[in-house]
Amino acid sequence: MRMVTSPGKERRRGAPLAVTLLAVAMGFVVGGLFLAAAGYDPFRAFSVVFRGIFSRPSYMAYTVIYATPLILTGLSVAFAFRTGLFNIGAEGQFILGALAAALTGAFVELPPLVHAVAAAGAGMIAAALWGALAGFLKARWGVNEVIGTIMLNWIALYGNNFVVTRPGITRAAATATEFVRDSARIEILGVWETSEAGLAWRAVNPLWSDVLRTPFNAGIFLALGLAFLCWWILNRTTLGYELRAVGFNSSCAEYGGIDVKRNVVRSMAISGALAGAAGAFHVLGWTRQAAELAAMEGFGFDGIAVALIGNNTPLGCVLSGFLFGALKYGGSKLQFALRAPTEVVNIVMGAIVFFVAMPRCVPLLTERWRRRKGDEGGSASGGQETKRKRDTEEALAEATTEAETASAGEKGRGHVS
Amino acid sequence: MFLESVAFILGTTLMYATPLLYAALGGTVSENAGVVNIGLEGMMTFGAFVGAAVGYFLQDAWLGFFAAGVAGGLLALLHAVACVTFKANQVVSGIALNFLGPGISLFCARLLFDGATQTLALPLDAKISRPLNGVFPQNGFWDMVLNQYATVYVGFFLVGVLWFVLYRTRLGLRLRAVGEHPRAADTLGIDVDRLKYLAVVSGGVLAGFGGAAMSVAVVSRFSATLICGQGFIALAAMIFGKWKPQGAAVACLLFGAAQGLVVFMGRADMQRLLPVPSQLLAMIPFILTLAILVGFVGKAVAPATDGVPYEKDAA
Repeated sequence: MRMVTSPGKERRRGAPLAVTLLAVAMGFVVGGLFLAAAGYDPFRAFSVVFRGIFSRPSYMAYTVIYATPLILTGLSVAFAFRTGLFNIGAEGQFILGALAAALTGAFVELPPLVHAVAAAGAGMIAAALWGALAGFLKARWGVNEVIGTIMLNWIALYGNNFVVTRPGITRAAATATEFVRDSARIEILGVWETSEAGLAWRAVNPLWSDVLRTPFNAGIFLALGLAFLCWWILNRTTLGYELRAVGFNSSCAEYGGIDVKRNVVRSMAISGALAGAAGAFHVLGWTRQAAELAAMEGFGFDGIAVALIGNNTPLGCVLSGFLFGALKYGGSKLQFALRAPTEVVNIVMGAIVFFVAMPRCVPLLTERWRRRKGDEGGSASGGQETKRKRDTEEALAEATTEAETASAGEKGRGHVS
Repeated sequence: MFLESVAFILGTTLMYATPLLYAALGGTVSENAGVVNIGLEGMMTFGAFVGAAVGYFLQDAWLGFFAAGVAGGLLALLHAVACVTFKANQVVSGIALNFLGPGISLFCARLLFDGATQTLALPLDAKISRPLNGVFPQNGFWDMVLNQYATVYVGFFLVGVLWFVLYRTRLGLRLRAVGEHPRAADTLGIDVDRLKYLAVVSGGVLAGFGGAAMSVAVVSRFSATLICGQGFIALAAMIFGKWKPQGAAVACLLFGAAQGLVVFMGRADMQRLLPVPSQLLAMIPFILTLAILVGFVGKAVAPATDGVPYEKDAA
């Protein structure tokens, strides 16, 4: 599968921002068409979504809370993409990160802050190892990372369910772990907000009280920090240079003395750590538990969309993570307000990704239109004929060089495809 | 007892393998023509929904099954327009389908079924039939293995059909040529784009069938979590089967057998003999797949231009 190297590369050639903005606009148009076809007023529906995001401080806080894990899984997928790897495994890495953080948070006794750092660290390390395992399977045995991570996702899911339901770990009358201790929580003022002093302060500060009602947590600041760290690693360090070199052309990188296999493992480990951070912050900041999962929750898969819309750059992931988080949270209000299906959000996101996939849609359309016009005038035909002749010659030349390089390239190609 | 166990596992194998098989075949067709199809999951989901909904409203599972094919094909048509006409990034477009398929399915389910994220169940007698029901003595060995839904036979029949088409007909040769070296095919006068369209759309039809094989045969309704990863497993089976229909069939059977083993080990009588927690049992197919990939399967070789858009006028 040649899928590994391509995502994003083409887009950086064009005008990514314009393409992305156009795609976002088209996404809303498509979503609106679906709503209109189903008999809902799209403008009213989107205004419900918009108000559902911005009209109260607590709504905005929730939007940020929804966006946090998506930004991180998006970064995870994007980071692997930049090394030419397709990490479908963010889902499983998220699960393990959440599980390890929940266990460390619930069953280890440590002073506040230290405990939170330890729990988040445990989550990131567990997920990094899980990601590295996929990288290792690829580097050592050539197991395509797409299959590898899909299988590892399921193993992580059932592993989580196994651990969570063990006696001693599971909470009474629940299919989830014991709650994370207060010392490991990263919710901002999470303990104080229900104390007497907190309640008194909240009574006179209704606006902030509204925010405190939500599980607003430090995760978003940590996520932004990690996004910056990703940018720094990719663009300012030798490690990042090597990773990107492998992503651009692994054979070339190897020729230049870069250990491709080691970089595949390293990239997957970092990618895993990012997805693990998403899971850990989600648990420590909000849910306070790792629960038995009936099915995949989709944080990792959503991360793929976030990364793709964000053009695989850290800043792009932050922005598209916010967009997706806002849509998910705002969209959840459609059902209640209008009895309109919430799933229109998935349609909007899918349509955005779909249009992001074809950055050359507009140029190709205009070219085709121009050519049709030219054909009618009969002026372009001569030029085309020469071009076709040139094509054939090139094709022949290409075929020869390909045959020459085929034997030499065989060894190098094995690492990536 | 032993024979009964074997029959049970074999029967379950066939049942579990079938939905995967359709989707894996769909992926095989599409990728042999050089279009990566990571959107199998979305097409399966859409097929499962349309199959169950049409089946329910018309009270006829076969009409549902064919409607599911049309639904999968329509979604695949979007993929084809993006990938072939507009030279889109095929992975990205496929991912988009994985959002659109479930999104549209649940959107419509809520509209048609009063806000629910599932369809109403098909009555048992309107489900896909079991043509060999009553041919063998009830609960005998052959009855347990071969008394399957018709979709199972159709699926395995299609493996043969696809093998024949891909390797024994002119169309198949052209299709593979388009995937291996589109420029050479183009120079010889083959309409590359048209063949790619054909392959992608028929791949979508097959994936849609796969969804319906789940929603109107294995169970009798569509629900939000019915198609939960099967499309990705089918994708893995396709790669595992080295982009060949017969390979995909073997991979799906293997995966189905592991699933059958899981169900078998989970039965009450087996749990008394060998108590293994169900969650650990459930891991078996996935660990097995990884182990096989590591140990026994050589490097898989994709069609040479799989995932690369073909541009006629590229300089």
